[in-house]
Amino acid sequence: MSSVAASRVGSWLPSGRTLVIAAPFAFLLVFFMVPFAAVLKISFADPQMSVPPYTPIAELKDGYLHFTLTLAHYRAVLTDALYVGSYLYSIEVAALTTLICLLVGYPACYLIARSDPSRRNLLIMAVMLPFWTSYLIRVYAWIGLLKNQGLINHFLLWTRLIDQPLKLYHNNCGLLIGMVYNYLPYLMLPLYAHLVKMDVTLLEAARNLGAKPWQAFFTITLPLSRRAIIASSLLVFIPAVGEYVIPEILGGSNSLMIGRVMWDDFFVNTDWPSASAATAAMVVLLLLPMAWFQRLQRRETAPR
Amino acid sequence: MTRTHRVLGNGYLALVFLFLYVPTASVIVYSFNESQLVTVWTGFSARWYAALTTDPELISAAWTSLEIALATAFSSVVVGTWAGFVLARFRKFRGQTLFTAMINAPLVIPEVIQGISLLLLFVALQQAIGWPARGLFTIWIGHTMLCVSYVAITVQSRLASMDESLHEAAQVLGATPLRVFFDITLPLISQALISGWLLSFTISLDDVLMTAFLSGPDSTLLPMVVFSRVRLGLNPEINALGTLFIVAVTVGVVVNNHLMLKRQRRRDQEMALALRSAP
Amino acid sequence: MTFDATRPQKSPCADLQPDFVQIIDVTKKFGDAPAVDHVSLSIRKKELFALLGSSGCGKSTLLRLMAGLETPDSGRIVVDGQDITRLPPYQRPVNMMFQSYALFPHMTVEANAAYGLKREGVAKAEVRERVAAALDLVQMGKYAQRKPHQLSGGQQQRVALARSLVKRPKLLLLDEPMSALDKKIRQQTQFELGNILYAVGVTCVLVTHDQEEAMTMADRLAVMSDGRILQMGTPNEVYESPTCRFAAEFIGSTNLFKGVAAGDASGLFHCEDLDAPLQVHDPVNARMNGPAQISLRPERITMSLQRAEQEFNWAVGKVEQYAYMGSYTLYYVRLASGRLMAVDMSRMAVRAMERAPDYGDTVYLSWGPDTLVVLAT
Repeated sequence: MSSVAASRVGSWLPSGRTLVIAAPFAFLLVFFMVPFAAVLKISFADPQMSVPPYTPIAELKDGYLHFTLTLAHYRAVLTDALYVGSYLYSIEVAALTTLICLLVGYPACYLIARSDPSRRNLLIMAVMLPFWTSYLIRVYAWIGLLKNQGLINHFLLWTRLIDQPLKLYHNNCGLLIGMVYNYLPYLMLPLYAHLVKMDVTLLEAARNLGAKPWQAFFTITLPLSRRAIIASSLLVFIPAVGEYVIPEILGGSNSLMIGRVMWDDFFVNTDWPSASAATAAMVVLLLLPMAWFQRLQRRETAPR
Repeated sequence: MTRTHRVLGNGYLALVFLFLYVPTASVIVYSFNESQLVTVWTGFSARWYAALTTDPELISAAWTSLEIALATAFSSVVVGTWAGFVLARFRKFRGQTLFTAMINAPLVIPEVIQGISLLLLFVALQQAIGWPARGLFTIWIGHTMLCVSYVAITVQSRLASMDESLHEAAQVLGATPLRVFFDITLPLISQALISGWLLSFTISLDDVLMTAFLSGPDSTLLPMVVFSRVRLGLNPEINALGTLFIVAVTVGVVVNNHLMLKRQRRRDQEMALALRSAP
Repeated sequence: MTFDATRPQKSPCADLQPDFVQIIDVTKKFGDAPAVDHVSLSIRKKELFALLGSSGCGKSTLLRLMAGLETPDSGRIVVDGQDITRLPPYQRPVNMMFQSYALFPHMTVEANAAYGLKREGVAKAEVRERVAAALDLVQMGKYAQRKPHQLSGGQQQRVALARSLVKRPKLLLLDEPMSALDKKIRQQTQFELGNILYAVGVTCVLVTHDQEEAMTMADRLAVMSDGRILQMGTPNEVYESPTCRFAAEFIGSTNLFKGVAAGDASGLFHCEDLDAPLQVHDPVNARMNGPAQISLRPERITMSLQRAEQEFNWAVGKVEQYAYMGSYTLYYVRLASGRLMAVDMSRMAVRAMERAPDYGDTVYLSWGPDTLVVLAT
């Protein structure tokens, strides 16, 4: 609908177009943007034993509005070893997860995209099926596989490949396996969507001009899928940074990701201001990757 | 592709699928294990399924979860479709970048951030005007916010690929823009709406973080119960519950996929037939 | 449906309202460049009017302005005395047949055709009647319960036509109606469509880039370029007497010469490329002074292996290329000056020669003074 045709809505109702846009806009504003204002406000307060558990920022005293802001939490968030360490650790884990997902997922996507159309649908549905089943259950499943008495160790011991059970549970190894397992479909779906749309005649032309299959892949397929690779990677990396459930269930006590720190601050220490400051810091940290993702999305759905 | 290439490729895919399915398969298999120690097989038994039916905490949580999931699915579809429509149909409007950002951000932003920020909003609201108390309503809003983006993006891409002249033709034939939306647009994006509904339903049913932040004393949802039990380690009842989930979802996805394929194949056949017959 | 030989000669319906549709000084800009630049035209009632031009010339924009899918920046559009310039499309007595047909895929043929009537609030019984009549008119009656994807391209086109006619609009717009059809069935469909429209008696504006389509179907046509109308008239007028170079080249093909008038009312034009001067017969241009563009259609040229017996309007050259098309042969003759001339010789004319000219043969070209058209630009 051209902008003029859209104003047809306007000519039907005086501000029809504005109304149509405003409704979802307002909803998103209220439940997405305004909450961040709340986060900011509380990050400047102090924790106290009250309901809610933080000091009021603005108070009306003697007819004047007194503001009590404290930057202590931001200082803590940016310098305290616990916070800084867990940020760095989270980024490390997220990056590793993304990398492994890419290395495992790209070939799989490529192979599926190149198979017969009839088999393709079946295969990609099979990849997506775990994504639809409960995330919690799937993470739980790995407990039974990774424990010392779990399936994997049973199998390895039984085949005499090892004689001592491997420590795979409640440590970084289990965490990583769980992360990759959970995020693999997120990476594969957009990547597959791109690869399947790719023009096969380009490869045929390359072959015609003398390129061997692997050459064609590295000089044509890979560069063309660059944007899809980046978008899929961001789709994995950014949420992985704030992951909570997987490190909690499969990770060890030393695999402290920022999500767990924030949860503990909130529910265990009831230190809402610290949690808020950490939230604000995390948003700032992720702003750049998010903006990058937003730009890629815009190109994907570019106007005709 | 040469023969060795194909064998290698198939082998690799087999490994990937093994990785994806062994965990869920193990959940199913061990749900029938008689022993309390989940991974030590002692015999076949369905006792854990029976145990589910006598677990009041689980059952009431399941009902609540279902209610919330249904409500979330409907609200997400309504808001998401509306947002997707705005994104697709209005070329330029004030605040468009912000709008697009608000749709795209929830797709990637860690749930922890969304959870905390929404909670703080509700707390501040409650302080100011005494409503809402943390409970089913706040959970519903939180879940909706999680799902809206998926629906919006699906609807937007479906609309973008739709022939624009269909809407114009309807207008020229006398339909007001509102009529065009209900007569033409909505039926043609129905498939996107259904998949958006299903996706929102599953996301809501399964959500841990947002629910944890936004629930109150009276609202216990299934994922919370499961999570607290799972933290303590293996639990055969959870295996049984998980199996039920897996089977239900698998049946749903396979049936849906099969129906879609059948419909598509029939359509293709009819089109080919029409092309062959006289003009 | 076969070609109806009883249909009268294509001529404007002279006795009917000449200003039934008026486009008055309409301009539409997208960004800086005007897509439609101060266009004015009047269309008679029941006339089939064609807008002809290449892509980007503004014809589609003009059509959409008439439909209400765009609003003009300035100017007015009047249909049957009613100013519809600011009316939204769903309030105009105008219907449109889209290039892609735009049949609603989720509705049957019958539902598609009935859609417009239902929006008007017509009673169910009357809707059924009128839809059945419209579908019968286009011979799609027995496909009423099919869905669009079950129809071929030509069938879809007929349904689209029925859908746009059933509301009895005052003005029917057709956006490149033949472009989606195979070339082979295009001509047949052009006749059929023209006959239906004539039988129904609806005023039509047709947009196309295919000059054959415009020439076949239109009562009058307008050649458009860069948002402006360059020439307007019956197909005969525009073809035989193009007023400008674009019109001459766009419709049919032509040999264009740059000549300088002798200026002595002799009607002679001297042209560098030609061995002999051109002599024009019409009194107006014969008195011209200065340089001019002159158009000579390939089919008006006579080719012979012997020298022609006339002083003016001839040329000699070698056959460089020819294309045998069955009913005619297109020859390209290279003159001594280096200029290439196109000559369209009918089969009969070639047979009348001693032998068919071959590559490298020297041939003599001649034409009458009445075949030349002096162009304005």
